Amino acid sequence: MQFSESIFAARFNITRGDLEGYLADALSQGGDYADLYFEYLLTSSIGIDESMVKSATQGVSMGVGVRVIADGRTGYAYSDDLSPERIRKAARVAASIAAGPSKIEKFGLNDGATHNLYPVLTAPTETAFLDRVELVKRADRAARAYDPRIFQVQAFYADSLRQVMVATSEGVLTIDRQPQARLNVAALARKDGGEPQRGQAGGGGRVALDFFLKEKTPEHFAAEAAREAVVMLDAVEAPAGEMTVVLGPGWPGILLHEAVGHGLEADFNRKGVSAFSGRMGQQVASELCTVIDDGAIGSRRGSLNVDDEGRTTQRNVLIEKGVLRGYLQDKLSSTLMRAEPTGSGRRESYAHIPMPRMTNTFMLAGESQPEDIIRSVPKGLYCVNFGGGQVDITSGNFVFSASESYLIEDGKLTRPVRNATLIGNGPEALKYVSMVGNDLRLDEGMGLCGKEGQSVPVGVGIPTIKIDRMTVGGTG
Amino acid sequence: MSENHLSELAGDVVKRALAAGASDAECTISEGDEFSANVRMREIENLKEAGSRGAGLRILIGRKTGASYTSDLSREGIEHLVKSAIELADITTEDPHAGLPEPEELGALAGDLQLYSPDVEQLETALKIETARRAEEAALSADPRISNSEGASFDTHVGRHIFANSRGFAGDYRATYCSLSAIPVARDGDSMERDYWYTIARGFAQLEAPEVVGRTAAQRALRRLHAVKVDTQKVPVVFEPRTARTLLDNLFEAVHGMSIYRHESFLTGKLGEKVASENVTVADDGTMPGLFGTSPFDDEGVPSRRTMVIERGVLKNYLLNTYAARKLGMKTTGNAARGLTGNAGIGRGNFYMEKGVQTPEQIISRIPNGFYVTELMGFGVNIVTGDYSRGAAGLWIRNGELAFAVSEVTIAGNLKDMLLGMEAVGSDLEFRGSVAAPTLKIGEMTVGGK
Repeated sequence: MQFSESIFAARFNITRGDLEGYLADALSQGGDYADLYFEYLLTSSIGIDESMVKSATQGVSMGVGVRVIADGRTGYAYSDDLSPERIRKAARVAASIAAGPSKIEKFGLNDGATHNLYPVLTAPTETAFLDRVELVKRADRAARAYDPRIFQVQAFYADSLRQVMVATSEGVLTIDRQPQARLNVAALARKDGGEPQRGQAGGGGRVALDFFLKEKTPEHFAAEAAREAVVMLDAVEAPAGEMTVVLGPGWPGILLHEAVGHGLEADFNRKGVSAFSGRMGQQVASELCTVIDDGAIGSRRGSLNVDDEGRTTQRNVLIEKGVLRGYLQDKLSSTLMRAEPTGSGRRESYAHIPMPRMTNTFMLAGESQPEDIIRSVPKGLYCVNFGGGQVDITSGNFVFSASESYLIEDGKLTRPVRNATLIGNGPEALKYVSMVGNDLRLDEGMGLCGKEGQSVPVGVGIPTIKIDRMTVGGTG
Repeated sequence: MSENHLSELAGDVVKRALAAGASDAECTISEGDEFSANVRMREIENLKEAGSRGAGLRILIGRKTGASYTSDLSREGIEHLVKSAIELADITTEDPHAGLPEPEELGALAGDLQLYSPDVEQLETALKIETARRAEEAALSADPRISNSEGASFDTHVGRHIFANSRGFAGDYRATYCSLSAIPVARDGDSMERDYWYTIARGFAQLEAPEVVGRTAAQRALRRLHAVKVDTQKVPVVFEPRTARTLLDNLFEAVHGMSIYRHESFLTGKLGEKVASENVTVADDGTMPGLFGTSPFDDEGVPSRRTMVIERGVLKNYLLNTYAARKLGMKTTGNAARGLTGNAGIGRGNFYMEKGVQTPEQIISRIPNGFYVTELMGFGVNIVTGDYSRGAAGLWIRNGELAFAVSEVTIAGNLKDMLLGMEAVGSDLEFRGSVAAPTLKIGEMTVGGK
């Protein structure tokens, strides 16, 4: 998209000259670098509960964040008013991080390179509400029809259209239009008036509404949620202690996000507070493991044409055949570490300072057949679905919570087990990966990653893998 | 924008919504200024300062609802806000239980709840930076093994909350807070651990001294060094107040009225029954002056109040907004909560467990072999079934004393059993946020390790 077609030029009458002026204001106290992040965000959501559409919300928010970097220090201010006076005021506040005369000569802004990863002409947010409400109604009907033991269903649909513009004192101007949509379904099952069990499923991406009509339908997510709830009715106590764990393909890739992804974000490594600090080039996983973070996959929830600092996203190799190869960099850390940026600078909104973040994190496929992997385990746990996870990047300890898993006995899946948390240590856990399947799958698109109070959408993926040793936190 | 202007605007939004066809309307406006200073390794790392505001509207047309929000408070922005909410009523369903509180239920607590402290607005930037710097310095100089830091942060927030509805309620209040935190990193040989400590208050004068925050954070990081993984076993588990509080977070989810009517909580249908040990008394109190869960009215315009949740082990009340109350044939407990817009959810006032008589030392001294939990990780709590399984770190209790650091283990059980198994409640209750609990001992849980 051209600058002149952007909402900021067309509706808010912002010119290139204005942007150059604001950047000059931001650097008026002698800062080394400045950027402006303009955001215009439309969101909507629809919720169904007890087969009634009980909620529908839409809204608009906008603002601009001004950042100044001086000697590694960051000054940040923002305004939710796009008038020149308020932007200038924010620029002056951010400028005060520096102390000295302006060092910057006059500069011009040139359009930066971008991908076109989500060529969605009409974003879901721009479609008729009557079409979108059908998605939750269909999900509700399908989950209830799945099994007579399903007695409660909730479905929630949410979309957004974020228009952003980044202008930097290095002369780069980028514009992006970022659609996002997801549908989530939760179902409760009960057998003979006994204890209920819950199942959940959901997904989406940077897609047109058609995605939910042709690719992943409400019926697909509804059946998944209902199936998980019904399966859990027969669940037994989860085991406790160290054992062999097999992860199924797709969403269990959250292991990578927690075990290695966060620990490889450059800010933690620049400061020397990550369990991976100083381990570049060392073996941190078995030779079967190659881990990638790729922000440039078409239509994915975690993808971006440009990161939130205006840099084109790319494919980054984090671990290659078990050896630590790369960190995820943003502007500040790459400058201080004298490393190349990796297109990983992200922020939740104009009100937030960018930092290095993951996009879509996954492990490359191996050569094993998934059935052979399960068959090779005399006694262990097979986990196919997870809730959230968390990591302490300094000790490297991480957890992720299995919401659907099965006992493996003599190479066969036997009983489903109740929810249990798995715990491991980042630089150690992947050394025990002894088989990697040929069935790499990315998740369906519902990940949200939190770091220092900022949430951003992410994706994960993994093939079936076998981990010879991991601690399972059950009670049995 | 002047104070009166925003209150008038909220009333005006409600009137415009009624004129546009709504039979009822609720408008929330919030305004806030934030500041934060981070210092790391004795240098300023970042400074952030800004203000923002937004308005939200929820309307009903009969028993159908619609909701909208905007950060654009211009005339066009407000017109768009009203139109956006009204049009959504076309796609929602008639819900017999939807609606505003009854007029006689509306109101606000009188008197000064001490939510606003003028000193927060008057602080000089240099003092805020210096406060963070002193906290980090205290951590860094506490011990040679504190060789690194994720920094210290000083944050302030000054806000104003306005609410008006078409049943005649109009109210607003100002609130401030400031907080100071430090995250030092301890290192000894191959072992590296971090921890944090913080202080938070409505006014600057009520904060703990920066040196206390820094030193406490350092001691917490140091005592985690050289942690080991223990064998899998069933033992008594003691939660220090910082982790005990998370059990109250879990309990809050389980007495949440929306989860109750959906049968999504293991406490559904248990009113009047013994659900916890006799040592356990839990209240929700939105009226305690100066605390973080206090407010004159909830997000539907109903006065805040004190509600007994568990009294000596017996479940007394769920926490309700108007909708959940109607679904359950009860009355709202003044716990409605929402952001700028949407149907009200349920929030807490100050949700806390009454303190007991034993000191933490007394509780620990009676345990021959057990686990003292100082950190919990992950989201492995299922409120539907009560299944509980989380990552944990802390100190091992050997012969009544804290003996060595433990990490990379899990603790597991079921909240039903854990509540009934609360054998001891400490005397060390303090409020650092809207949820608070003293030290708690649970008779037996499974520790998952080697």
